[in-house]
Amino acid sequence: MSVDRIQVLGVNHKTAPVAVREKLCFSNDLDAPFSALRAISACDEFCFLSTCNRVEVIYTSSEQEEAARAIRRFLFSKCRVNDDEAVAYTYLHQGDKAVNHLFRVASSLDSMVVGEPQILGQLKDAYRESSARKTTGVILNRLLHKSFSVAKRIRTETNIGSSAVSISYAAVELAKKIFGNLDNKKALLVGAGEMAELAAEHLINQGVSEVIVANRTLERAVTLAQRFNGSAVALSELISQLEVVDIMLSSTGAPGLILHKKDVKPVMRKRRNRPLFLIDIAVPRDLDPKLNDLDNVYLYDVDDLSNVVEMNKSERESEACTAERIVAEDTLKFLQWLDNMEVSPTIAAIRSKAEIIRKAELEKTFHHLHPSAKEKKSIDKLTSAIINKLLHDPIMFLKENHSPEARKQKLDWARKLFSLDVDSGK
Amino acid sequence: MIPLFVLTFATYILATAAYIVFFFNQNNKIRTTARYILLAAGIAHTITIGSRYLAAGHTPLTTHHDTISFFAWSVTWAFLSFRWRYKIKNFGSFVSIIIMILMIIAAFSSKRIAELPPALQSGWLPVHASIAIVANGFLALAFCGGIMYLLQERELKQKRFGLFYSRLPSLDALDSLNQHCLAIGFPLMTLGIITGSLWAKQAWGAYWQWDPKETWSLITWFIYAALLHQRFTVGWRGRRAAIMAIVGFCAVLFTLWGVTYLLPGVHSYVG
Repeated sequence: MSVDRIQVLGVNHKTAPVAVREKLCFSNDLDAPFSALRAISACDEFCFLSTCNRVEVIYTSSEQEEAARAIRRFLFSKCRVNDDEAVAYTYLHQGDKAVNHLFRVASSLDSMVVGEPQILGQLKDAYRESSARKTTGVILNRLLHKSFSVAKRIRTETNIGSSAVSISYAAVELAKKIFGNLDNKKALLVGAGEMAELAAEHLINQGVSEVIVANRTLERAVTLAQRFNGSAVALSELISQLEVVDIMLSSTGAPGLILHKKDVKPVMRKRRNRPLFLIDIAVPRDLDPKLNDLDNVYLYDVDDLSNVVEMNKSERESEACTAERIVAEDTLKFLQWLDNMEVSPTIAAIRSKAEIIRKAELEKTFHHLHPSAKEKKSIDKLTSAIINKLLHDPIMFLKENHSPEARKQKLDWARKLFSLDVDSGK
Repeated sequence: MIPLFVLTFATYILATAAYIVFFFNQNNKIRTTARYILLAAGIAHTITIGSRYLAAGHTPLTTHHDTISFFAWSVTWAFLSFRWRYKIKNFGSFVSIIIMILMIIAAFSSKRIAELPPALQSGWLPVHASIAIVANGFLALAFCGGIMYLLQERELKQKRFGLFYSRLPSLDALDSLNQHCLAIGFPLMTLGIITGSLWAKQAWGAYWQWDPKETWSLITWFIYAALLHQRFTVGWRGRRAAIMAIVGFCAVLFTLWGVTYLLPGVHSYVG
């Protein structure tokens, strides 16, 4: 199996602005993207990952250019973008670079906020969805499992997780530049996701006195509000709540804008122009970008927050260095495994394993039997013949010409049957 | 007397230089040094003005040099008095530049001691002139705060974090600075106008005679009054308050110089 068949094509916060990313979002229905990807014949195995900051397809293909073009067409099917522009917005990694990229994504080295913990869970979910639909095969199963263990290793061996500066941390920094201190300020969380929870914790640590949660399902809002001794409101009360809060953090999965400039303008008059800090971490965006034009309203979306994050990056860079080394190391290990997926190395490995066992057993037997030289020679011949005859059929079976997919499957079974990869399969 | 002024001037240069260095490297030791140098300059300046008083035999606020020098002195002491109660990050760097500019202007105007015209020979002279100029000192601080607010607000709105984002304090701190400066500056300014009017009655027989300086003082007063009124009624703050503080201070400067050189009237003996 040639490593070059593994590819990753995607869009993330580094290659495309939020205005483009929000059009690519596949949050609600996963069946549509899967059936679209399944229809791409150039693509053998694939796994589809979609989070708020990245959409990417990890796949194997022997017709790389054809597959890449089809996947780009699939990604940008909802916006009017020609292939040249699509190329500019996407990244395409191949072979060892693709493996390296995936490991970096899994261990949060490629995240907007390096070290944030959510990406691993999102990648695991993506893999679960893909394998449930049987779109991943031997190579990707192995690759993704490996990426999970790399991420775990990096989390335990470096400090990258504990020093993670999250988006919400960046938001707190900005809030302090606007409000001075956050004592007696009120925060409104719209949408009750994990990110909102994390942000609420940060804000309360920094002195925010009250947290109000608004959510589409009131029940979820109530649960989250209870955790912070706050109150829950319905989403329809959003505008009236804006009169009393100072910070609003929006992270709903709504497909369109939930708050417009014209809604907030009269609110500012009622607020007597007290500053209002709006944070939009949803993709697609929840808040009208024009809100930033209003006096005393400060609107930040995820891209803007990443600029703030950029500023305290250096502290984490040394940890990231260690992490990169681990990624490089494990990429090499994976490539070795992949090399072994070729037929002849597998046959050689089976033969050498048999030979090692035979030699060891002969040694034991000769040790207490003390045969003559002639006897030794014939026992040696006998055991060789048994092994050769026994291995003949499996080896012929492996050497037969099959489709690449079937061959991969066969090699995988053979390697498992003979237990050739000692650290494999976990 | 002249050597004293030169000494004060040199100390201000040092203080300003230290504040500018501090602005760029943010070394706290330099800030402390800058603060002490400025305090020394403020004291030297007080002695300079005192010696001018002794030399002239009357309150030295009638020549252009003395007025501007006293203006710089007011800014310095307004700032130093604020330092006791507020900590506004890097405020000193901005204020010291204002002081420096005023001192340069004072240094280049004639330091000759003028004979006091008969109209000014009154007990009102020190009261009216000094209150009006001290008011200007606080308004100058509001002006600095306004400039800082606009710089910080610009970076926060445009989301490009450059030189000022980390160096300037929070918007809230700058906005309350604006309010506090006006809370002192505006009543002083009002008092300056009232004392001027009483003095006018005594000297010229009428409280108000629409001389350009009076008119422009009134215009300036209205600008600040509008700002304060809007702040307390509809909650004008932030950017608008900052812009108004800047506009107001421009009116102050016009009243001080523009009127003197462009619009002659009964006040035009200063110069």
